[in-house]
Amino acid sequence: MTILAELELQSFVLLRLGERRFAVPARQIAELVAPSRVFRFPHRTPKLEGVILRRGRIVPVCDASEMLLGKRLTSRRFYLIAVRNYGTQKEWVAMPVTGDCELITAEMMAASESDAPHVAGWLSHDGDVIEVLNLDTLTPGPEQAIVEAAGPQAAEAQP
Amino acid sequence: MRVAVPVKASSAKTEQIILFRVSGQLFAVSSASVQEVRSADSMSGAATEITVPGLRKVRQVLRRGDRSLFIVNGAMHFGLHAAEGALLFVLRKTRTALLIDGIEKMTAMTRLQALPLSFCHEERRWYRGLTALDQTVVPVVHPEGFLSPEELALLDAALLESDNTAAAVPEEADSAQ
Repeated sequence: MTILAELELQSFVLLRLGERRFAVPARQIAELVAPSRVFRFPHRTPKLEGVILRRGRIVPVCDASEMLLGKRLTSRRFYLIAVRNYGTQKEWVAMPVTGDCELITAEMMAASESDAPHVAGWLSHDGDVIEVLNLDTLTPGPEQAIVEAAGPQAAEAQP
Repeated sequence: MRVAVPVKASSAKTEQIILFRVSGQLFAVSSASVQEVRSADSMSGAATEITVPGLRKVRQVLRRGDRSLFIVNGAMHFGLHAAEGALLFVLRKTRTALLIDGIEKMTAMTRLQALPLSFCHEERRWYRGLTALDQTVVPVVHPEGFLSPEELALLDAALLESDNTAAAVPEEADSAQ
C-alpha cells in the first residue's frame, strides 16, 4: 500500500536577520513598516526596546536578534508587526528585521523535541533549511516572567 | 502648594494629567492623584532619615501627626541615573511623597492604553498604562506602584525600631544622672 503524504502548503513571510533567514506564518503578520521612532521608558523586561506608534496603537518593539543570532543587530530595515498570542488575548508586537522580506508558499515540517522552543517548524526554500519562528516563545510575556522569577538572577532595569 | 481636586471634565473620556520629569524621562500622573506639590528644599527640615537595607530609593520620611509619608526617589525607583529631585508630589491615598525633577505641564489625555502584555515585570505595577500625546508616548504612573505592601512593611518596621531607639536614649540619659 502506498501512502501519499498530503501536502499542506502554507504562506510564510521570510525575514532576514543579519546573515540568516527565518520564517513566520503569514497569517500571523499584520504588516511590514519602515522603522519609526522608538519611544523608550523605564521597564525591567529584557528584549523589549520600547514602543512605536502605529495606526493609533502603541506597539512594543521586541528585538529577537540576540536570541536568534547570539549578537544584537543595530541596523534595521523594517519592523515586522506580528500578532502575538497571550492565552486568549492577541496583541501586536514589532520585530526589527535587517533585510528584505519575501512571501513564499511552502510546506512546514514539524519541530522535534530536540529543537529550541522558539522553533515552530522547518521549511525548505531555495536550497536552505529555514526555521519557522514561534513568536509566542520568542517574545516576552507573562509566561516568561514566571520562568525568570524562578531563576536566580533578577532582571536589570532597562533605560 | 496644595493641589485642589480637579473638577470632573465635561467629557467623560478625558483625564487631567501632570507631565513631569525624572532624570530627564517624561512621565504622567493623574492630577487627581496629586494631593500636594512641594519644593524638596521646603520639606528637608521636616524630614527625618530612614535606612532600610535593600531599599535605597527611600531615605527620608515625613511625619504628619500620626501619619508617615515616605519620600521615594523617582530616579532610583525607575532605575534611572540618580538625580537630585527638586519637587515632591504628595500622592493622594498613598504613603508616598515622590521626588521628581520638575513639572513639564498640565494637560488632558483622551485615551489610556493598557501596558502591552509583553511588558511583564515590575513595570506592570509601576504604570496604569501608556498614552500618546503630541506624537509622543508617555507612561502614566500608578500612584500606589511606588511602594509595594512588602516595602511598606519594611519601612514601618524600620520606623518603629528608630522610634524605640529614640525613646530609649532619654531613659538611659535619665538613669545615668
